[in-house]
Amino acid sequence: MQLFIHALGGAETVHSASPTKKTGNSTRTTGSRVYEEVYMLLPKTVVMHVCQRCVSLLLSRPLSAALQQSTLALHQRAHLTLLQHSTRHTHSRQTWRHFTDHQAASPDVYNKIDLAQKEVVPFNSDVHRIDLDAAVHPSPLQEISEEEAVQIHVPSALPPESSTLRPYVDESETLSKLVQLGVNLWKLEQRPNVGSMLVRLDFHADVAPKLLLLKDLGVEETKLGQLLTKNPFILTESLDNLEARVSYLKSKKFSKQSVAAMVSKAPYLLNFSVERLDNRLGFFQKQLGLSAEKTRDVVTRLPKLLCGSLEPIKENLKVCELEFGFRGNEIQHIVTTVPKVLIANKRKLTQIFDFIHNTMDVPHSLIAKFPQVLNAKFLRIRERHLFLEYLGRAQYQPSQPNYISLDRLVFLPDEVFCSEVALATLEDFERFQKTL
Amino acid sequence: MTTQAVRLFRKMNGLFAVYKPQGVHWKHVRDSTESNLLKALNSCPPPAPQLALQFQLLSGGENCSSKDVVLSPSMVPTLADHPLVTGPQFHKVHVGVGHRLDAFSSGVLVLGVGKGNGVLEHLCKSHVTRDYTLEGEFGKATDNFTHTGRVIEKTTYDHVTLDKLERVLAMIQGANQKALITYSQVDLHTQEAYELAVRGLLYPHGKSPPILTGLRCIHFNPPNFTLEVQCVNETQKYLRKLIHEVGLELRTSAVCSGVRRTRDGPFKVENALTRQHWTADSIMQAIAHFRPKTDKRIDVNV
Repeated sequence: MQLFIHALGGAETVHSASPTKKTGNSTRTTGSRVYEEVYMLLPKTVVMHVCQRCVSLLLSRPLSAALQQSTLALHQRAHLTLLQHSTRHTHSRQTWRHFTDHQAASPDVYNKIDLAQKEVVPFNSDVHRIDLDAAVHPSPLQEISEEEAVQIHVPSALPPESSTLRPYVDESETLSKLVQLGVNLWKLEQRPNVGSMLVRLDFHADVAPKLLLLKDLGVEETKLGQLLTKNPFILTESLDNLEARVSYLKSKKFSKQSVAAMVSKAPYLLNFSVERLDNRLGFFQKQLGLSAEKTRDVVTRLPKLLCGSLEPIKENLKVCELEFGFRGNEIQHIVTTVPKVLIANKRKLTQIFDFIHNTMDVPHSLIAKFPQVLNAKFLRIRERHLFLEYLGRAQYQPSQPNYISLDRLVFLPDEVFCSEVALATLEDFERFQKTL
Repeated sequence: MTTQAVRLFRKMNGLFAVYKPQGVHWKHVRDSTESNLLKALNSCPPPAPQLALQFQLLSGGENCSSKDVVLSPSMVPTLADHPLVTGPQFHKVHVGVGHRLDAFSSGVLVLGVGKGNGVLEHLCKSHVTRDYTLEGEFGKATDNFTHTGRVIEKTTYDHVTLDKLERVLAMIQGANQKALITYSQVDLHTQEAYELAVRGLLYPHGKSPPILTGLRCIHFNPPNFTLEVQCVNETQKYLRKLIHEVGLELRTSAVCSGVRRTRDGPFKVENALTRQHWTADSIMQAIAHFRPKTDKRIDVNV
């Protein structure tokens, strides 16, 4: 038997039976809440631990106010029966008393002093022994009054834990609104602990203010779904922090549209602290030696630069300078035209440059003029170059006749390339590909 | 009631050939084809969501006054069946690889989908012959027998002529023929052994080292030369080593600058799919094309 510390509400020790892993396990009748860390030890399973409190929150919401009181009362009755079941599993008086103390101590949900009284009394008595002869239960054919009929509550079949969010979507306001926004809940529930976090969110207190903030910023509503799918933690970030970061970016003279574009392209941007953003902007301006206007332009086009680590970027810059042999102003031009070079894979970049410079004999100045080739796929460049060489049309010097510019070599689709540049048919190109 | 996606999935069974480009790991090829097939499957319309009864507060009809709100029932699709909540319909398609090609080589790579994987294993284990085109270069020797490796020695090759090369190839072929006869476990002095050998139906039984059933030079232009090889039970490293040994026999050294598989059993290079055609519809067409050949092959081997 293990004791787990519950995440919500501080140090409440809860007793639980052996940790069960799978969905909606009906034998798991203990009303215990298990901290997610247990499940981190079980790497393959992703289990949503919706504590009883949350389940009851979900259950109580959609019902009208008139019925609320009675449903809460019935919840208490349901919990009482669960407690009774749990007593069968407990061996120590100690832990059971902890559980009841806890019940008494959380008035906001259970709100029940009568429940605590009911629980404290009966440990010594035989509450858990059901007297089958007692005529307590009414016959199903008996007529009952309207008030009693209204009080009959069919307990919702919401499982206390589940490995998907499917059982909770229809009941939870937060989850249904997120689905209507276009958030891909399936993708989010694959990530550890994100599902539990989403279920615990309160729509009006947590989610709505942040959505309004993003909307004020200018992020389109259609993009909100994708943004939240990539970064659900924007909903747990405090509103003050988000506003501080937005105002920081605006103070650096990023226009409103550019801030909105940056947040849509790099969803994690607003989760980073102001110091970190400041540090990165300063680094880019200093290292690249660009003016403030150009730095802003580069960062707006590729806001991922502000999110990731600076070490790979420093390495790429060193590679460009030392290994490739580009001069300072050439590097500046490359970075302002194709910022992706800064975060490209070093090995692939080297492979492409090696092929273009050594095999295709293209000088540095020409590569700096068309830096898009450094962004292209190596196989594509190789196959097209070899095809042109086979046809005798591999001419990359602008001074010579029949010159083929590097961007046309790389960016035209296959049919256009074959018909205009290589002056051959697509079938010929495919046949040539099979000889490589 | 089967959905369109399920019907399409049930049709995805069989073998097809793909042309693997040089420098690409075979796993990348397998993963790309699997993700393309999954993309096609998941783009089919999802099954209709279940409807649930919900009581909604709607304004009353003509009978009531406009201020009345009435609880009226309506069937609403449950959000639990929304594609954003359930996820894609298919997560995995079984795509298996036949005889593998290492990253340095290019050529025909046989892949199997669904039930074709069982046949694939059969094909792989059976002694089908494979055709290769080997490009060699005289003058240097490297540590991994390829022209991109670390150079260990450099030699001259002026003395090499086509005549000498052919003699060396004939010698290698002779040695391999002997090995073929030994591993085919037929008694050399019988009439049936002669009949089989004449018709070229000898093939090794059980475990055997790589055996070349055919070897010839198709292009000779020193320092470059090209060999065509038919072999059984080989690896691409063995073939590169073969080039190295040819160089040694000619008292020079040689490295391999390309290994290209042109045939793997009944799958030829003309029918292999190039990179642009690694999509679901081309793959289904290729499977349909190869179906009669693979069925015939299974019958012959079994």
